[in-house]
Amino acid sequence: MQTPARTLLAKIWDQHVIARISDDTDLLHVDRHLLHDLGGSRGLLDLRNRNLPVHNPELTFATPDHAISTARGRAGTSKVGQELLAGLRTETSATGIRMFDVDEPGQGIVHVIGPELGLSLPGCLIVCGDSHTCTHGGLGALAFGIGSSELTHVLATQALIQRRPKTMRVRFEGRLPVGVTAKDLILALIGHIGAAAGTGYAVEYAGSAIRDLPIEGRLTICNLSIELGAKMGLIAPDEKTFEYLRGRPYAPEGEMWEQAVAAWRQLPSDPDALFDREVVIDVEKIIPQVTWGISPEHVIGVDGRVPDPSEVTDHARRAAIETALDYMGLIPGAPIAGTPVDWVFIGSCTNSRLSDLRAAAEIARGRKVAAGVRAWVVPGSETVKRDAVAEGLDKVFTDAGFEWREPGCSMCLAANGEVVAPGQRSVSTSNRNFVGRQGPRARTHLASPASAAAAAIAGAIADVRTMGS
Amino acid sequence: MPKPFNTLTAIAAPIMRGNIDTDVIIRIERLVGNSIRGTLGKWAFGALRYLPDGSENPEFILNREPYRQAEILITGPNFGCGSSREGAVWSLQEMGIRAVIGSSFGDIFFANCFQNGILPVVVDKEIVDGLAAEVQQTQGAGRISIDLQQQTIISPSGQRHEFAIDPRRRAGLLEGLDEVALTLQRDDEIRAFQAADRAERPWIHLAKKAVGNHA
Ligand code: SF4
Repeated sequence: MQTPARTLLAKIWDQHVIARISDDTDLLHVDRHLLHDLGGSRGLLDLRNRNLPVHNPELTFATPDHAISTARGRAGTSKVGQELLAGLRTETSATGIRMFDVDEPGQGIVHVIGPELGLSLPGCLIVCGDSHTCTHGGLGALAFGIGSSELTHVLATQALIQRRPKTMRVRFEGRLPVGVTAKDLILALIGHIGAAAGTGYAVEYAGSAIRDLPIEGRLTICNLSIELGAKMGLIAPDEKTFEYLRGRPYAPEGEMWEQAVAAWRQLPSDPDALFDREVVIDVEKIIPQVTWGISPEHVIGVDGRVPDPSEVTDHARRAAIETALDYMGLIPGAPIAGTPVDWVFIGSCTNSRLSDLRAAAEIARGRKVAAGVRAWVVPGSETVKRDAVAEGLDKVFTDAGFEWREPGCSMCLAANGEVVAPGQRSVSTSNRNFVGRQGPRARTHLASPASAAAAAIAGAIADVRTMGS
Repeated sequence: MPKPFNTLTAIAAPIMRGNIDTDVIIRIERLVGNSIRGTLGKWAFGALRYLPDGSENPEFILNREPYRQAEILITGPNFGCGSSREGAVWSLQEMGIRAVIGSSFGDIFFANCFQNGILPVVVDKEIVDGLAAEVQQTQGAGRISIDLQQQTIISPSGQRHEFAIDPRRRAGLLEGLDEVALTLQRDDEIRAFQAADRAERPWIHLAKKAVGNHA
């Protein structure tokens, strides 16, 4: 008998259905639930107030990342930040949830530690009260962000009611040009199809360029799915995925490893599986990307010019461009390269893994951060930090005039008081250039780690391709 | 437990810019803390509502009469995109918003609305634009009526539009259901699933640790 062709998404979804709620809505089992300091203790307190136990504490993991300072010794963590951290300690300890605490391997940005610890596995359903949970999709997991109410629901039931999304496949084809990274691919896609294109979809990234990417690059691609509007982004697991996971602390071992890999090999979309939408991107035409506005879709090649609203006839689009340029303090039609910057932030769950720091260090090595620029490197996790130090990357950065920080979200979100001052311009490796994201009236340009390092050295937005190491 | 939603006739404020993200709806520093509920209404749309010196921005629609009384927002495409922060919905709720009408919403924001008794209505962009135009023609005085039972919107001039909504979510809003309690009624099914899955995917089901972190 022939079974109908299924997508990667459908295979993972079907595996997790506990009960059908309606035609397109299911009660799904949650395999891994990650908690962080911003919402974790609130959810656990919520449960306590309702007199409910945590359904599966052994499938729930916690770490502080959002609200803690990234200064040495975590100096300057605000009073509420400290309260949230203390709350997370108390509540996880009382409920039997493993928490990876500061200074301990395992601590870090939730979306960096999940893959790193082998908690995130192919075919796994992962949720977290954070929209960038889609990052874990880079390993072939079905991972998505949830709100506070859903978080409480998962703690209490280890299950979640979800509507089956539509499916989109994006195929990145061709070989990456020099200086072009995973970050540039995904930014170019968002610029091409728009920040709302993924709404209601789960996006599967495929194609030769995705197969060629190392796992950390795939995590970066999936990380920005939510900037495309898609709650879920995923990439079929392959030999690289298995090699990446082998031997990680929570990955299966021995015979169970073999059994798991055999199951994971069945996950990729069947060749004739149908998607609701297909997009093909020729990566050979992509050059390093940088955003100019206040939505990730406001993106151009670094050799491009800021749009000129007077050349746009559509009224709504023109108004949107005017608002963005006004906020960003940019001149219509001006080249983006050469725009002076005040801040450079290398970090966040998008680009704070070891390979990102290596790429930035390669540009920084033997050079100096331009006068007047403050440049930070914030490793994504304690493990990334230790590995980077073992390679001497911290030294490369500090010799060049970068500040080397403790792991956390830091200036990606500025929830811990680490902000870009009003009116200042920042090149950031994070994922959101929203109004006020890095601090009230801060101006954010998103770019890859290498491009951000190049901006720090040049003191202005710069084309990394002209800065060979 | 969310407050039930049935019908609403109210002032509506059009906020038509596309891609309004949850960072714009509520800034993160307002959400740092465990007892923030009840403090957020004042800070909804803070960056648009207040000038740098902290005074109200008279240009912003929700600072003008009659829009101050708005219980409905008419929104541009992809409203509520960005983060999963439910604080965005809480802040709207605390400033008195009970429904949002738009052509599309951020997926997580959309789900969060239902959890808090706010009705997000999806209709075609032409209808959204038409509603906004009618409201503006009446300087905001023209009210919009929403009937969830009937799944209809009535514009200020009396034009009737139907909208679609997931029946389960509709029922949840009409009755103000507690989803956690409902799912816990199926706990036998959850446990049966886990038992079967443990045999099939043993690597997913980690061993229970002794209570406490410092084992
Ligand atoms: S690094 Fe930024 S985007 Fe990632 S989890 Fe932290 S705050 Fe969210």
